Amino acid sequence: MAKSLPTWKEVNPGGIVTVPGSTASYNTGTWRAFRPVHDMSKCTHCLICWINCPDSAIIVQNGRWVAFDYDHCKGCGICANVCPIKKDEPHEVTGQPGKVIQMIVEKD
Amino acid sequence: MVVSTKMALEGAHASAQAMRQINPDVVAAYPITPQTAVVQTFSQFVADGLVDTEFITVESEHAAMSACIGASAAGGRVMTATAANGLALMWEELYIAASMRLPIVMSVVSRALSAPLNIHCDHSDTMGARDAGWIHLFSESGQEAYDNTIQAVRIAEHPDLLTPVMVMQDGFITGHAVELVEMLDDQSVREFLGTYKPQHSLLDIDHPTTFGAWDMYDYYFEHKRQQSDALGNAMKIILDVGQEFGQKFGRHYGIFDEYGMDDAEMAILVLSSTAGTARTVIKALRKEGMKIGLLKLRVFRPFPAQELFAALKDVKALAVMDRSISFGAMQGAGPVFLETCAALQVANSKTKVANYIYGLGGRDVLPDQIEKAAADLREIVHTGEVKSLVSYLGLRE
Repeated sequence: MAKSLPTWKEVNPGGIVTVPGSTASYNTGTWRAFRPVHDMSKCTHCLICWINCPDSAIIVQNGRWVAFDYDHCKGCGICANVCPIKKDEPHEVTGQPGKVIQMIVEKD
Repeated sequence: MVVSTKMALEGAHASAQAMRQINPDVVAAYPITPQTAVVQTFSQFVADGLVDTEFITVESEHAAMSACIGASAAGGRVMTATAANGLALMWEELYIAASMRLPIVMSVVSRALSAPLNIHCDHSDTMGARDAGWIHLFSESGQEAYDNTIQAVRIAEHPDLLTPVMVMQDGFITGHAVELVEMLDDQSVREFLGTYKPQHSLLDIDHPTTFGAWDMYDYYFEHKRQQSDALGNAMKIILDVGQEFGQKFGRHYGIFDEYGMDDAEMAILVLSSTAGTARTVIKALRKEGMKIGLLKLRVFRPFPAQELFAALKDVKALAVMDRSISFGAMQGAGPVFLETCAALQVANSKTKVANYIYGLGGRDVLPDQIEKAAADLREIVHTGEVKSLVSYLGLRE
């Protein structure tokens, strides 16, 4: 747990949240047991993973796949499941042939 | 100027009159015997235009407390009323209301929990909710139910507390009994209460606030500790409000109501209407020279452990009366006894204690039952031994 979390004297009574949109500042990436990894050399930027990600954890700029937001990705694996691109060449992270997005065990 | 009017009222009607004077923004309630007289009377006040209250008729007590939670989070002054199985059906929401720190005030006309089905008085309903995080105020009479209901609003809404309060009176015994009740004038009540100004509210669109959000293992514990601390500091607020009420209206309220405690070697600790019977018995016993006193407990949550120890410091033997059983607890004792034992134990008290379960399902508590407890106390002082830790009064043995 991060050291900067408020003490029991500092938390808001009743658990109310007074800052709108504060979910973005809450790091749900720590919940991840499996980590999606991406191979940019094979990606067609179809963005089907971006459409399906339930946590808006795929960062897209100018219509192109840029990165995973690992602070908010919970490792559900939907992106790897829906990725339609399959290649025979080994994935640049996992070394396994197959999809552009693959899941590995989260080690941290 | 305070203008009082004496009226012959049932205890439940006294609570409804207090609600009329409080004029809550929202009341969401479901009728259940013996609380029906509270909501039925109050709904008549709504129909007659005597209050500005939005009265929400709901399909259950689960829905009643849920609606109260929403209305309170929206910033309203909110009340409800219930009893027995209705209170049990609110179980989930009782915790939510307290944990969200919503100052809801609830009138409870105490009734035995089923089964077997019974509509008469005991304290099993609210005692089952004793760990839900509410403040529990017990009333001996319709007058006290009226006074406690008005004070409960001030206590609940105190900015350092923000905790719901339930105000109890005994079903049928005082709830349906007509007594003289001295009512204050509407204006004085409203001045005493002031306007509720919530620090946060769902309707404050300039400061959007989320209520009831998801809380993980990294925050939940801190919120619970903070909630516990607020209840721990509640006694001062309860006493301050009781004192101010006394100064303004002449009826003073504290943690206990004491009778004959100044020189008492023996004492009886009791909740609500049974205090009347016990006081009569103790009065007679004192005339015979017995050094016995009465401690009527008004505030059960937060439990006044230190104050109870202080009140009992010269008492050699104490009888604790319980109108409910904590099933499976030490020798099947009652909750007031268990709390008392814990309080006295940590203070290294020398007072001997015995528990008396009485009046379950509305069984009458008669003077001879209290006399039996007093005779036991005399024996305990004489021998220094408690022969029976938990006894039953008025039970066919």
